[in-house]
Amino acid sequence: MAVAIDVDGLSKRYRIGELQAAYGTLRESMSHAAKRVTGKEHHGGYQEIWALRDVSFELEEGKALGVIGRNGAGKSTLLKILTRITTPTEGTATIRGRVGSLLEVGTGFHPELTGRENIFLNGAILGMKRREIQAKLPEIAEFSGVERFLDTPVKRYSSGMHVRLAFSVAAHFEPEIMLVDEVLSVGDAEFQARCLGRMEDINTTGRTVVFVSHQVQAVAQLCDRVLLIDEGRIVRDGPSADVVAHYLQSATGTSSSQTWAEEEAPGDDLVRLHSVRAVRRDGETADFADVREPVGVEMTYSVLRDGPPLSGKIKVVAGGQIAFNAMDVSPRSREPAQPGDYVSTAWIPGNFLNEGLVTVDAAVCSIDSPKLHHHVSIHEAVSFHVQDPLEGDSSRGTFTGQWRGVVRPLLDWTTEEV
Amino acid sequence: MSTSKVEVTDAPPASARPSPEPELRSDRTILIKPSSRWPHLDIGELWHYRELLQTLVWRDIVVRYKQTFLGVAWAILVPVFTATVYVIVFGKFANFPAGETPYPSLVIAGVLPMQYFASSLTGSSLSLAANLQLVTKVYFPRALLPLAAVIVPMIDFIVGLPVLIFLMWLYGTWPAGPEVLLAPAFMGLALVTALGAGFLLSALNVRYRDVRYMIPVFLQVLPLLSGVMYAVEEIPTRWQWILAFNPLTAVIAGWRWAMLDASTPDPGQTAVGVAVALVVFFGGLWIFRSSEPKFADTI
Repeated sequence: MAVAIDVDGLSKRYRIGELQAAYGTLRESMSHAAKRVTGKEHHGGYQEIWALRDVSFELEEGKALGVIGRNGAGKSTLLKILTRITTPTEGTATIRGRVGSLLEVGTGFHPELTGRENIFLNGAILGMKRREIQAKLPEIAEFSGVERFLDTPVKRYSSGMHVRLAFSVAAHFEPEIMLVDEVLSVGDAEFQARCLGRMEDINTTGRTVVFVSHQVQAVAQLCDRVLLIDEGRIVRDGPSADVVAHYLQSATGTSSSQTWAEEEAPGDDLVRLHSVRAVRRDGETADFADVREPVGVEMTYSVLRDGPPLSGKIKVVAGGQIAFNAMDVSPRSREPAQPGDYVSTAWIPGNFLNEGLVTVDAAVCSIDSPKLHHHVSIHEAVSFHVQDPLEGDSSRGTFTGQWRGVVRPLLDWTTEEV
Repeated sequence: MSTSKVEVTDAPPASARPSPEPELRSDRTILIKPSSRWPHLDIGELWHYRELLQTLVWRDIVVRYKQTFLGVAWAILVPVFTATVYVIVFGKFANFPAGETPYPSLVIAGVLPMQYFASSLTGSSLSLAANLQLVTKVYFPRALLPLAAVIVPMIDFIVGLPVLIFLMWLYGTWPAGPEVLLAPAFMGLALVTALGAGFLLSALNVRYRDVRYMIPVFLQVLPLLSGVMYAVEEIPTRWQWILAFNPLTAVIAGWRWAMLDASTPDPGQTAVGVAVALVVFFGGLWIFRSSEPKFADTI
């Protein structure tokens, strides 16, 4: 398959002092220059910052690439270079095909011009040919829902109408390569859903998409592959579920497995915990879990002496809320503890947790009614990312927008005509 | 810090690559890279963006007189008012030298190009800052902005032209012969000068908003130094040579010669004006192109 975007060693350096000087007046600048010449001020009064450092990747035609990272990690700088708004300090990028971006929704709209005039203006700015705009005008007008006001100056539009018209122009621009930045963070929920829907349409028409966002959920949904950028460098590049899970885990400082050396194993005189893992059915450690599949929390621990009956216990936290607590109540857990090494796994069923990052507190307890005695308890022991591959058979059906809730069970629905 | 440039090449048709919408296939390959310190004006790229230039010009023309009561009539009223004041103050009271030409014709023939130059210079110098949103959000050759800004006032100039033609009819001073064909060339000289200065000042204005305040002061003095209200050939020769370094002097003298059958401008002085205009143009262009990569970062 042909390569649509080929980025090789892209770097961008900013000078902080330079950014500040941008707002200086000529007089300030001249006095600085004079001081520099007379030696009263040293050059290099500014700091250098590499907003992007040695970024390389290739993107094949028709693929969707997500770029995630914290604020200021360099995501936007990368997109600015790819859209040619700014230029790299080092490195090259080769782009094959017509490039468009949803970066500039409504860019260049002139308040004095009418809706119709602005469609032509905005279209030309996006890079559409006049006859192309002419041909799509009815479609754009209809999609925007402001047909009746096409000959009204845009300054008399409500902000909602303004955004709708702007988006519908951008949405009808059909480049081969689409660069998208944070569009989903503007506008109301309905507009965001529409953006997302349109993005998915773009995906399915075989266009190449680069989607920059810190809304990782949206990125995970739209892209096959994700780059994680931190401090200007690519720190991860891989399948979206993988990278998104890693990103969310690193944000919380957790991961999908944790092990302790013999001498550091937490616990008391009865129980020592050796490891906690999130596992898939096949026993693999799971950074991410398919929403439809069960995921296990596996604890390995040693019992050091005879003692009371022991139970594994997990507390599952999702979306900042406690989803549930669960304790081992199997017959085995009712028998008094005997020395030895144990593996205990709690299986959380498929079609139960909602999408997103899930963190798990793991503990080994004994019941000393009415109290629960924690022999060992690890806060945020492991985390994993629940992912919906959007194949239409989870409880969200074919809907792809936001799906709220801590849990997301697949219920039995009965519908009869009465 | 190296400057950067972008190369756009039209790749050969890639028939091997199937496209969902073949009519949209552009086969453009864009190479983004930091580049040499020696910028050039990429004519091919400007050509590729010609429709955007047309649209920007169209936008500014449409917007220019929106929500004005008199609309495009201002293009006639402004030079008429200015010329009337000049005729009364400089013609009647100060008795400025006009040579053979009727004073009102002489003044209007000076005011029209001067007005064009003033609008072009102001427009192009402020064009980058005025289109800040475009500069920071979309890519296109930035030279389109000053370029559009020197084309737009041409409309006002053309609309104002009948005032001059009316005076030519009134005083019976018609063009003498084929030199009238050179009239557009003198306007071209004004355009090149305005564009060159516009390139320079718009690039400066990205960083130093002082430009906005400098321009009106400069434009107040300029008519006096360009012979708008007097005939240059009537002043001492030494002063004529000093004024020759101002390309607008050549523009106005040449325009009067072509349109009003005024005395022939000194070829040497005209050559000096043209040379200065070219230096301003290429110097401005060079500075513009070398600071272009940083516009979006500093504006």
